[in-house]
Amino acid sequence: MASLKEMRNRIGSVKATQKITKAMQMVAAAKLRRSQDAAQNARPYAERMASVIANLAAGVSGDGAPKLLVGTGRNDRHLVVVTSSDRGMAGGFNTSIIRAAREKINELIGQGKDVKILVVGKKARDQLKRQYGDNIVAFFEAGNPSMAGAQPVADKITELFEAGEIDVVTLAFSRFKSVVTQTPTLTQLIPAQVQDGGATIDLKGAAYEYEPGEEEILETLLPRNLTVQVLSAMLENQAGFYAAQMTAMDNATRNAGDMIASMTLQYNRSRQAQITKELIEIISGAEAL
Amino acid sequence: MAGKLHFSLVSPERELFSGDVDQVDAPGTEGDFGVLANHAPFMTTLKVGQVKVYSGGAVKVFAIEGGFADVTPEGLTILAEQAAEVAA
Repeated sequence: MASLKEMRNRIGSVKATQKITKAMQMVAAAKLRRSQDAAQNARPYAERMASVIANLAAGVSGDGAPKLLVGTGRNDRHLVVVTSSDRGMAGGFNTSIIRAAREKINELIGQGKDVKILVVGKKARDQLKRQYGDNIVAFFEAGNPSMAGAQPVADKITELFEAGEIDVVTLAFSRFKSVVTQTPTLTQLIPAQVQDGGATIDLKGAAYEYEPGEEEILETLLPRNLTVQVLSAMLENQAGFYAAQMTAMDNATRNAGDMIASMTLQYNRSRQAQITKELIEIISGAEAL
Repeated sequence: MAGKLHFSLVSPERELFSGDVDQVDAPGTEGDFGVLANHAPFMTTLKVGQVKVYSGGAVKVFAIEGGFADVTPEGLTILAEQAAEVAA
């Protein structure tokens, strides 16, 4: 049985921890709102971009089509882009992204493909470097998602692709469904996935006019699209991260509360037991006289 | 004036404008152009410059830095790499 002093210290330390988790929960809640807005504001751009590309892709075919759209025609060398957060304390948020990515990587390696990995976010790097240290070609910090932050990632992908080192690019991130659900998602970046149906617009018989040409537009648009997809993955990740952190810290705060309650009960019981014991000693001492 | 043109201006960070207007002037890489309602389908890249939006008697001016303009029977969409409204 721990002494009363030990128990008091223990309760004090759990209380201190609870204060920290409580503060982290509130900070995460405030940041969640902001990053959720940012993710939502970025959606129209990404959606329009996708439908514009779908329109263009329908018109371009054959040899003239840019490689970013149709791929190299081979399927041997893969690049997996894994995005996570830089920090932890968010329950299983990063672990679930990394598990999904790892399954994909193992599947590709199992098929005898050459796999390269590009990681965004410190957590993904830390968890993947032990197992796949040699496959990791580049690392970027997640930081605060912005166009300026997504650009170098997209540039690196384009660089590898144009150097002919990769054929297929897959992006792993966590899609923000709601505050309680974030789903790890894998999407293919190259060859670009064109939305089927629905997206193409009825031109009512008129022909599209392009300035300069269709292919020139696609050539500037596709790298742009890459950046936008990376950015939106990072934005979704950030919103999901804060949501996961908020939930995790809320649980931690509640657990700490339960712990404090049960320890305080135990503390009071032993304190009472000790007082009773002392009284008995005094009384029986007095009776003996 | 025959109908209104649906116009939306979006940048990667947010949607700056969405609504029905009379006319939009934009800086295409091969020359500035204006779009009215029922324009033929048309797509172009944009250079740095100003987008002018005429609606009723009012004019709104946005500064944009590169991007794309897409004219469809449904309206005009400008995807700008960067955009901000210029105080009139």
